[in-house]
Amino acid sequence: MNHYSVELQSVSKVFEHAGARWERVVAVDGVSIQLRKGELLTLLGPSGCGKTTTLRMIGGFEIPTRGEVLLEGKVITNLPPNRRDTAIVFQSYALFPHMTVFENVAYGLRMRKMSANEIAERVGRALTLVGLDGMERRPPGALSGGQQQRVALARALVVEPKVLLLDEPLSNLDAKLRAQMRIEIRKIQQSLGITSVYVTHDQEEAMSLSDWVAVMNSGRIEQIGTPTQVYARPATRFVADFMGRKTSFLPGAAVGTDGDEVMVSIFDDVLPFRAVPDILPGQSVELVVRPENVDVVAPGHGGFPGRVVHAAYLGSQITYEIAVCGFTVTAEVPNPEEREIFTRGSHVGVVLRTRSIHLLPQ
Amino acid sequence: MGFRPRRSPASGVEQVTTEQTGAERLRSRRALMIVREPAVAITIMVIASALAVFVVYPLYMVLRTSLTTDGGLSLAIFRSLLSRSYNRRPLANSLKLGLVVSAMGTAAGFIFAYSTTRVDVPLRGFFRLVATFPMISPPLIMSLATILLFGNNGLITRQILRGAVDFGIYGFRGLALVETLAYFPTAYLVLSGVLQAMDPSIEDAALDLGASWWQMFRTVTLPLAIPGFASALLLIFIESLADFGNPIILAGNYTVLATQAYLRITGLYDLSGGAALAVILLIPSLIAFFLQKYWVGRRSYITVTGKPSAARTRRDEPWLRWCAFTLCLILTGMILLLYGTVFIGSFVTLWGANYELTLANYNHVFRVGWNHIRDTIFLSTVSTPITGILGMVIAFLVVRKQFPGRRALEVASMLTFAIPGTVVGIGYILAFNQPPLVLTGTAAIIIILFIFRNMPTGIQSGIAALQQIDPSIEEASYDLGADSATTFRKITLPLIAPAFFSGLVYSFVKCVTAISAIVFVVSARWKLITVAVMGSVENSDLAQAAAFCVVIIAIILAAIGIINLLVYPPWRARSTARAATVGTSGTPGAIPPGVAGGQ
Repeated sequence: MNHYSVELQSVSKVFEHAGARWERVVAVDGVSIQLRKGELLTLLGPSGCGKTTTLRMIGGFEIPTRGEVLLEGKVITNLPPNRRDTAIVFQSYALFPHMTVFENVAYGLRMRKMSANEIAERVGRALTLVGLDGMERRPPGALSGGQQQRVALARALVVEPKVLLLDEPLSNLDAKLRAQMRIEIRKIQQSLGITSVYVTHDQEEAMSLSDWVAVMNSGRIEQIGTPTQVYARPATRFVADFMGRKTSFLPGAAVGTDGDEVMVSIFDDVLPFRAVPDILPGQSVELVVRPENVDVVAPGHGGFPGRVVHAAYLGSQITYEIAVCGFTVTAEVPNPEEREIFTRGSHVGVVLRTRSIHLLPQ
Repeated sequence: MGFRPRRSPASGVEQVTTEQTGAERLRSRRALMIVREPAVAITIMVIASALAVFVVYPLYMVLRTSLTTDGGLSLAIFRSLLSRSYNRRPLANSLKLGLVVSAMGTAAGFIFAYSTTRVDVPLRGFFRLVATFPMISPPLIMSLATILLFGNNGLITRQILRGAVDFGIYGFRGLALVETLAYFPTAYLVLSGVLQAMDPSIEDAALDLGASWWQMFRTVTLPLAIPGFASALLLIFIESLADFGNPIILAGNYTVLATQAYLRITGLYDLSGGAALAVILLIPSLIAFFLQKYWVGRRSYITVTGKPSAARTRRDEPWLRWCAFTLCLILTGMILLLYGTVFIGSFVTLWGANYELTLANYNHVFRVGWNHIRDTIFLSTVSTPITGILGMVIAFLVVRKQFPGRRALEVASMLTFAIPGTVVGIGYILAFNQPPLVLTGTAAIIIILFIFRNMPTGIQSGIAALQQIDPSIEEASYDLGADSATTFRKITLPLIAPAFFSGLVYSFVKCVTAISAIVFVVSARWKLITVAVMGSVENSDLAQAAAFCVVIIAIILAAIGIINLLVYPPWRARSTARAATVGTSGTPGAIPPGVAGGQ
């Protein structure tokens, strides 16, 4: 029982197109994943980063060029999709349009040659779980997008797969429904304790759902960690830039350490930051400045002098773009009603909240 | 279609870089994928060998026969054929006829397509219906009607004009008229598809920016339809070149290749000469086919504007409406006149002499011609379902499966559309008259010929339908535990039912109306109606020929009804059947509706 539920051992996928030109595209490059039972891993990355290909290799729709796929300790690299115990929720839902909701959900059970009674019972349970009682006889075309999504989820869950694969399942829903469904999916996933791999390019979705987030870029995993780790302690500049709404990078140099703090010179000042293991005095560093790490104050009240280049009022917050010593820093200031509002062209002071700013070695 | 074996270490080069191992590994993995699906692999191999034997081999035999003299490879047959102007003329005639017919047919087709899709003309549905007549009837019905009306003893020539005008229908003029009417529906279908796909708001934008109707039409509508025009021209050109039924009874001294090759073989027993003419006929057809498929076919402007405009605006300027209406009326009037003539002609005692109505012709048809009718129905009924299912299977394999030789399989299965029937017929007698495979005189050769000649349309509409269907619907089925065969049966086939239906209907219609290839393989044992029509016309029994034609159309209409019932059973739950064509994300809402009614 010390097997991982799902394991990828340095899996690669190369697509070769023998078209007008001979093309080789490395879609996935040496990806390794280990996932325990009941955990939810999100593959997060921009489009074309290989996250869907990775998911499809677990599902059996692509055969890895190199590396092995294991399900509960057994190598399933070459097993076709219909003979491996995985179930996918497709981005487009892929409901069978010529079947009713019931027939859609029952399809996998019929393929497993279950008795009619058991099928009816299991389908009923699955539909209750996703909140679609009474919809059995409707054709999928007569359902709303959110309901179709639930049918797709029920159809995957009903076969009790060893791993549930979700390929951007919420991308076709509107923003409100998306937020609601991701909570529901997480609740169902946790209540069933089903190991899941979830593909998305939406970082908020990834952070709110996952036990683990793997940030992918050009076929490789840049960082794999908990949502907190990948957001607050990004391992690479790519991860730092990809996570968060608008990250600013400022140059600095480590000048000394002081206990669990590292002193960094930035612009004409020296500030203490939380220590990062790899950073030694004398080394150039990059400050990963999230918009919420910046405070904007009236000039003369401390901080680096800057000038507001752009200001956007969003109700709950105000977003500034501020030019500081030749760099542009994005700042989000909450509760604008309680503070001074600066307009474009105003001179301000930029204060860095150094405790939450992460440092990347150059 | 074999699997590429792993290169054995003995034959391979010793120094193997990582790159190579990667590629090698990839190949072996891919082979494994097919091994894991043995049913798919076996199907592919069976289909590939069938195509090789029944499509490629006959073609090879035609080429070989035309290029062999005294056991050696030479161009002697072509040289001696082409040295005489008498033999060169058919080529020039065929090309000239093809060019004229494709130009006129495309023009007529465009007028019809534009009027019924973009203009608010009255009687649109009626016009569309009439445009399908030529598609579901034997082509030679047009010639027959023309002879009945304008021939030397025709109703108009003799009874109305009292012989004052000689229409000279036996020859180029008659053929051009008849083929234009017979083949303009092809252009109509292609162009109405193009025009329907064009977003009307693009035209509106042109008007909005200050263009007049004519400027808009010239600068926006026509340029966007150009790929459609090119397709229509080439397709009609192919059809005209291949036409056999009309020239055989209407050509007179205007000799064309398709019939000359036939006459050379049946009249002069000159097999190699016939084969050589067939090759000469084949060349322009193949050029047109590949131009259409690989050059024009890729140049379509698919006007996708993100938001599908639900309301299809039709122009309603009065002058445009009435112009379009008049042109459509003239065209449908001509078609109806011809069909009406044949229908009435089938009840006339002796056309040109005695116009008393009688049922004697039908009596003759059912008494003497009963064997023809029975054999035709039997052979068509056997071959149609095989054609339909095989077509869908090939479309499925070509679109959804990766295997070595996939392109070759696609091209070979579509090739029969481009090859004129005469060429195929000659190929069949050359290939299957002698061992190892002697089929001449059997029902099998006719059925096989039907299957491989009539498959391309089904394949084409199957491919088009499948490309509209989100592959993840089928993947969902595999994912839930179904294998390829189950997925095809339970998911794919129901979803491409309209394409399946049109493949079946097309196949049946072609079986019943085919003549060009089939005249070579019919025998005393197995008879076909179209051959009987040809015989009746040759014996000047025009009224009987007309009765045969009416019977053919009746059989076709009955068959379409029956196929409709079988593909869309009325007892199936209506909601789910409808759901298959109602579009939401992930559902194949975009199955082209035209496919069903098209043929």
